[in-house]
Amino acid sequence: MRLLWELYSTWFKMGIVTFGGGYAMLPMIQREVIEKHHWATEEEILDYYAIGQCTPGIIAVNTATFVGYYQKGVIGGIVATLGVVSPSFLIILLIASFVSNFLDYPIVVHALAGINIGVCVLMVKAISSLWSKSVYNIGSFVIFFAALVLSLFSSLSTVLLVLIAAILGIIFSKLKLVKVEGSKDA
Amino acid sequence: MLELYITLAFEFFKTGLFAIGGGLATIPFLKEMSDVYGWFDIDTLSMMIGISESTPGPMGINMSTYVGFNTAGILGALISTLSIVAPSIIIITIIAHYLKEFKKLTIVQEIFAGIKPAVIAFIIAAVLDLFISTLLHADAGLSLSFFNIPNIIIFAILLVVYTRFPKIHPIFIILIAALCGVIFSL
Repeated sequence: MRLLWELYSTWFKMGIVTFGGGYAMLPMIQREVIEKHHWATEEEILDYYAIGQCTPGIIAVNTATFVGYYQKGVIGGIVATLGVVSPSFLIILLIASFVSNFLDYPIVVHALAGINIGVCVLMVKAISSLWSKSVYNIGSFVIFFAALVLSLFSSLSTVLLVLIAAILGIIFSKLKLVKVEGSKDA
Repeated sequence: MLELYITLAFEFFKTGLFAIGGGLATIPFLKEMSDVYGWFDIDTLSMMIGISESTPGPMGINMSTYVGFNTAGILGALISTLSIVAPSIIIITIIAHYLKEFKKLTIVQEIFAGIKPAVIAFIIAAVLDLFISTLLHADAGLSLSFFNIPNIIIFAILLVVYTRFPKIHPIFIILIAALCGVIFSL
């Protein structure tokens, strides 16, 4: 029961302070899920993101379901998901009922402009801490660079890009160009 | 009224099942709902998108709560929100159940070795727009006004502080940034 409450309240907290969707939640996930509660490792979160890219649904919800499921089974997955969804639900209800024109208040606009800067700061830290674990040699850099260029400048869907990366992963592993978990050589 | 609830549940379950890759992917489905059922017009939709982007929480959740509330009140909001996350919960629970077994297979480890560097690229690609719109005036042409100097200064200071004191909770960075936005009327 206590674990369920912790799952709910932790994901609730992360839902409140995430502006701009699933990936912007990464800094909060690193702090709360990885460092504080040890519910997952950075590698596992990257796996969940990868799976979330090619399965339907919202990345934040998929990640919450994953983390919750591994802590407390099906009910854990549901509780964590409800946690991350609840703040959105309550805040939007409030706004929709009372202040439909809240973007007309200058103070809100200024605060949001400031928050964007904060999100940028958090993302720089979050990405740089994942960087060394994910991009560590020529092979992994080639995959990173190809995925970046293709997602910025081509219209290929992310699902297709994940597939390409998966195939490159198999080829590069055979050529010992990327590190495979569990094996020692790289 | 019951029919409306069932339609909402069906439409948002469908969106949750087929919108792959996060909140923005739900927009085409919402456009279709507006065309087919006339629950809201395009102007209302773009206002809802604006509010969903600028309130905490995953955008897909914010949108479904908003649309559900506008269409059928609080119960409508509840039904829409639960319906959009239901497919994710089901699919991810099934995947999570088999993932640990799967990850023992060499080929699956090789696939994840390839996907991992690509996920970093997806994260960067997803937040790049935010960085550009926050730190630059992209439409200003190549002159000093191309850079959003006040934002860059605040960004740099916060980044130095956060790097120097990594124990600071991400929430405080968001709060300080919001405060800066209000104080300096960004």
